[in-house]
Amino acid sequence: MEFRSHKLENGLEVVAEVNPAAYSSAVGFFVETGSRDETTEVAGVSHFLEHMVFKGTSTRSADDVNREFDELGAHYNACTSEENTVFYAAMLPEYQAAIVALLGDILRPSLRREDFDMEKKVILEEISMYEDMPPFGADDKCRAAFFGNHPLGRSVLGTVESITNLTVDAMRDYFGRNYVPDKVVLVATGRVDFDALVEVASHACGNWPAVAVRRDAPPFEPVEQFLVVEKPMAAQQYAIALSAAPAAESRDRYAAKMLATILGDDLGSRLYWELVDPGLAEHASIAHCEFQGAGAMMTYLCCDPEDIDDNLRRVEEVFYRAEQEGVTVEELRQAKNKVRSRAVLSSERPRGRLFMVGTDWLARREYLSIAEELDLLEAITLDEINAVLRMFPLSRNTTMTIGPRKNVLPPKR
Amino acid sequence: MNANTLSHEFPNGLVLLAEPMDWLQSAAFTFLTPAGCVHDPSDRGGLAEFACEMTLRGAGSRDNRRLVLDLDNLGVERSESVSDAHACFGGVTLAENLFPALAVYADILRRPHLPVEHLEMVRQIMLQEIQAVEDEPAQKLSLELRRRYYPSPWGRPSQGDRESVESTSIDDIRAFFEARYHAGGTILGVAGRFDWERLKENVGILLGDWGPGHNAPIEPTETAPTASHVNHASQQTQIGIAYPSVPYRDDRYFEAWGAVGVLSGGMSARLFTEVRERRGLCYSIHAACHSLRDMGAVFCQAATSADRAQETLEVTLGELVRLAQGVEQHEIDRLKARIKSALIMQQESSAARSSTVARDWYHLGRVRTLDEVSERVDKLDCRSINAYLEACPPRDFIVVTVGPQPLEMPHGVS
Repeated sequence: MEFRSHKLENGLEVVAEVNPAAYSSAVGFFVETGSRDETTEVAGVSHFLEHMVFKGTSTRSADDVNREFDELGAHYNACTSEENTVFYAAMLPEYQAAIVALLGDILRPSLRREDFDMEKKVILEEISMYEDMPPFGADDKCRAAFFGNHPLGRSVLGTVESITNLTVDAMRDYFGRNYVPDKVVLVATGRVDFDALVEVASHACGNWPAVAVRRDAPPFEPVEQFLVVEKPMAAQQYAIALSAAPAAESRDRYAAKMLATILGDDLGSRLYWELVDPGLAEHASIAHCEFQGAGAMMTYLCCDPEDIDDNLRRVEEVFYRAEQEGVTVEELRQAKNKVRSRAVLSSERPRGRLFMVGTDWLARREYLSIAEELDLLEAITLDEINAVLRMFPLSRNTTMTIGPRKNVLPPKR
Repeated sequence: MNANTLSHEFPNGLVLLAEPMDWLQSAAFTFLTPAGCVHDPSDRGGLAEFACEMTLRGAGSRDNRRLVLDLDNLGVERSESVSDAHACFGGVTLAENLFPALAVYADILRRPHLPVEHLEMVRQIMLQEIQAVEDEPAQKLSLELRRRYYPSPWGRPSQGDRESVESTSIDDIRAFFEARYHAGGTILGVAGRFDWERLKENVGILLGDWGPGHNAPIEPTETAPTASHVNHASQQTQIGIAYPSVPYRDDRYFEAWGAVGVLSGGMSARLFTEVRERRGLCYSIHAACHSLRDMGAVFCQAATSADRAQETLEVTLGELVRLAQGVEQHEIDRLKARIKSALIMQQESSAARSSTVARDWYHLGRVRTLDEVSERVDKLDCRSINAYLEACPPRDFIVVTVGPQPLEMPHGVS
């Protein structure tokens, strides 16, 4: 396993974790642009643009793009978050050059008006699909409430209104400001020929003009509130709680992840024993989400509508007890064993490693091998976890519940 | 590619299959136990799943809490599910933890406590799962389509219905466990890093003296006809189309699979191109082969706004019918490239291989190695697929919709 990196003259970085023993490789263009870089008028443009990137370039039609990826046997896709847009492919090593050249080319899309109009219909269908799945809307609304005016409060999908009103010119303008060498990193993992990778990248991306840009990462003041959204069609009641947590740059993020595992892993956590094992909730979990300059603990609960009041009280009690008493040595050992195993398992496939290496690099310009990461996890102490609990109390949160219930009482201890 | 799968059949009927993947740090296992939902009595839908959940509530020397804790400490990423034929218990962990993990599973399969004090809790979990499907329209459609296509009991959903889950007793569960959890018909697939001789010996100690049990053939049962439309207060209409295909064990399965790949493998496939790319009718559309042991189907699903659902149904059906006119070599070449890379990538996943070898044994009575699959894929061409399509063109479509209003069924569609 060897880490390599190179910067093209225009500022575009190429990084790779080379593993000559792997059967396959994975590559991804990580673009540092997401919903946090949008304005209200263009809400959802990053995600819409992700779709448009596959619609062709000056030398390729949309059909050509899809056909060529398939001809190369690539397993490819793209995704957009608050922070990043990623275009990636898993493939056999012999197709590395062709696939990187293709990905590099589509990142200069034509953004043709007729394609834009057609794809708008698909995006609106995607929004409708999520509308029919109640927890998805709650996620967006809760983030908007918790982050207030901070850019991280924006929705990735946008709204029917913002997408309907979006113009192709606004998208072109957004593209010009964000798909620039400074904000793009080409990441590769698995059986990678690094020198060849740099050569193809220079050829495909070396002529992209350098534009100086800086992401706006203002400090944020988390908002505490309790909100109820009535959704009569929903069968279950959902709740999402967001509280502040260590940001992507903070070393405390490891302790935060361990804490989320102890309190809110899908299996064997405190929430599991309190709510899921006794059949009081269908699902209850906590995840640590890290962003540039901010972090959040996200608690998610799904249960029968009648039980939501009691269950929210139980969640609150779990938060309160953790804050008062901390976590135990045995819990920390259990969490470390789980996290260690997961880290090793997900790194067995180059495509699993791609996102770990890529997000580390984008957030911190840092590379950690799996061994180094395991050492860091192993070194976490109870004191560090308890410090995170003191600094970022889970009980100071924005909670939103969505479902058939019109009124739900805020939990009180 | 990896060519050898090791196998051993114990005198009690348990089959152990193992595929060494020494380049991995992990080992994965899949138990297929003949305790699937086709064995649910007609008034006890969901019993197989109920029993499966209950086996995890303490087993051997471990109570419920200890069991979860021990598996967590062994770093086992686990999953359980119930199919028509099997209760499936799968796990993957670091190679050094494989044997201790298998020991826990031997207790789960042979010595579960099935504690009566957990009955109501598990019942609540089952009922919530039934309710939660209402918030997942695509899953709701998939269950309805399967119910309408396959004869009962094969088409019944494993989760059962509210009424039957509410009336299930601890005696029902204990009787089901006694009748269905046994070595005969149980398949254990292992893949990853392990020592074969030690594995065989360990499994022999853990499961060699497990009772063989008895497996009787399943007879079809009479059920009430199912509806082609399910009202649902959603924005989108979910459209499901099923048509007959050959099962996995059929010699022509690869041709059937290839034909469906032309419809729905990759983004240059026909359905994605015609329904989404050219017309913008939907966000998600896909078709795939589905196989029971003796029956097969193609299931196709799309979701779109209610006012565009009729057009989506017609365009999609049009593509399915057009498939009978044949496929072209360039479509097959693309498909083969995708399959080839998928096969090589399977070698990076012990979990995928452990599950595949176990299922192969159930369907075929042997395991197809990756080399053999690769050779079979090499032989696919448009001539062989078109010959298959001529003999078995897509037809006899069954359509189910879930949404605010029913659609008009084109001629010849039920």
